[in-house]
Amino acid sequence: MLKKEDIVHIATLARIGLKDAEIEKYQRELSLILDYFKKLENADTENIQPIGHITGVDNVLRIDEAFEGEVDVREGIFNNFPDTRNNKVKVKSILA
Amino acid sequence: MIREIHENLKSGKITSLELTEKYFDSIKEKDDKILAYLTLNKDNALKSAQEVDDKIKKGEEIDLIAGIPMALKDNMCQKGVRTTAASKILDNYIAPYDATVVKKIKKEGVVILGKTNMDEFAMGASTESSAYQKTKNPLDLSRVPGGSSGGSAAAVAGEMAVYALGSDTGGSIRQPAAFCGVVGLKPTYGRVSRHGLIAMASSLDQIGPITQSVEDAAIVLSRIAGMDKKDATSAQSSGKLYEDYLQGDIKGMKIGVPKEYFGNDLNEEMRKISFEALEKFKELGAELVEVNIPHNEYALPTYYIIVPSEISSNMARFDGIRYGLSIDDEEKSKIGNGNLLETYLDTRENGFGDEVKRRIMLGTYALSAGYYDAYYKKAQKVRRLLRQDFEAAFKKVDVIFSPTAPEVAFKFGEKTLDPLQMYLSDIYTVTANLIGAPAISFPIGKMTEDGVDLPVGGQLMGKWFGEEELLNAAYTFEINNK
Repeated sequence: MLKKEDIVHIATLARIGLKDAEIEKYQRELSLILDYFKKLENADTENIQPIGHITGVDNVLRIDEAFEGEVDVREGIFNNFPDTRNNKVKVKSILA
Repeated sequence: MIREIHENLKSGKITSLELTEKYFDSIKEKDDKILAYLTLNKDNALKSAQEVDDKIKKGEEIDLIAGIPMALKDNMCQKGVRTTAASKILDNYIAPYDATVVKKIKKEGVVILGKTNMDEFAMGASTESSAYQKTKNPLDLSRVPGGSSGGSAAAVAGEMAVYALGSDTGGSIRQPAAFCGVVGLKPTYGRVSRHGLIAMASSLDQIGPITQSVEDAAIVLSRIAGMDKKDATSAQSSGKLYEDYLQGDIKGMKIGVPKEYFGNDLNEEMRKISFEALEKFKELGAELVEVNIPHNEYALPTYYIIVPSEISSNMARFDGIRYGLSIDDEEKSKIGNGNLLETYLDTRENGFGDEVKRRIMLGTYALSAGYYDAYYKKAQKVRRLLRQDFEAAFKKVDVIFSPTAPEVAFKFGEKTLDPLQMYLSDIYTVTANLIGAPAISFPIGKMTEDGVDLPVGGQLMGKWFGEEELLNAAYTFEINNK
């Protein structure tokens, strides 16, 4: 069973704010699901390589060059920014 | 159905404008109850319809799907249209560009009626996790339409769209198609570009059609398939028209029946209907062959490790900075004031629903130091074993049959309290995504529950990039089972 501190730690890593009442709920739910995952321990994976890409596509490359984006697409992206200043996206200060 | 409408449009029996109006009337009449749509786009739809009508009037050639009204799952970007993925975190998001699939069908003159409801970010199997509304199954309003493409399946089954596009990460096209009595196709991974699809688990996501017939699924697939430089995982396509491969003949085809899929835990009635379908295939000239999928029991836990892991990474982009909801509530916050971390925590706490938070945290845990090998790496190894199981099986058979879901459409709230129960609804569908193979769900019978006849879906899985054979098998069954 995951401990309360585990849930708080995971939530902070995942950048999700939690209410105190939620901690217990996730403690219970996540522990149940993790228990279910234990089933995998029985699978014999000795000498088996993890699979990277399922249809075996190799590196896909393109020429590294700048191209002019469409103006209305750029405007569309810009309009979705929650906060802007001087035609730039505004980011919160990293240090308080 | 698409072909018939196409002929009617060409002969002038109906105009695209009339047809589009008819579908909006149908939506107006039914969708108050069914709640399949999140956003309607009548002005755009009528404009597209008019353009097709003008072409027909001028005697120009039109494509099979031109002028035909359809619906888009709300995780696909349509330029200038609100695209929420059924999440509050994208409540105000207006797609700045068209997804590749949207661009492709627009080019053929398609009429997009609107955007359909889904589980939030496609995480769910009942569409109940939508932050906006609970879509009802048109065949029984007390039951779910399945998920995550529940709105798309309900729109098609409720005759509020001729067809719809959905996305399928572990059954999200096929299971709702089965629950609503329609056809759903998940193409081979890479067959259809994912550019402009809001990602859930990138190594598994694939876009595909939900339609009223197998032929329609083939027609739509032909229009959305192909390589796209904006999706590096998309594969070359020779520009095939899949509808040309529907011969209606499967004599000599070998259909694999994995014994692991028909174990004791399968519902008796479901087993009976599945075996009747297999008998039908036999009558049509197919040969039934027992096959083994030795690692089958690991498919679901493998899937539910890989999916949250990829989710925890994909969802990192919802940070309150680049788009969507942004909350910086000093009152609510426990740390600092007005800083970046606080914005992250507040935005994601308020913007994401329970299932999304659960999966992000699970994935974060599975990928964290000390657990990575035991969970994610182990799952990726088992994924290879599963693929090997199927490579061996497909040496003996052409397609593999199973039920689509272990149950018929269930009632609202039946599984929402226990996430694991909801996950088990995907037991037959996740494998096709894990191994990247194509799979189709099509109606094979009906089961009666509480006096209501509910559809049962059968699933065929095909060889990698073998959609022609897969579609032909389902098509042959369908035309002989009316």
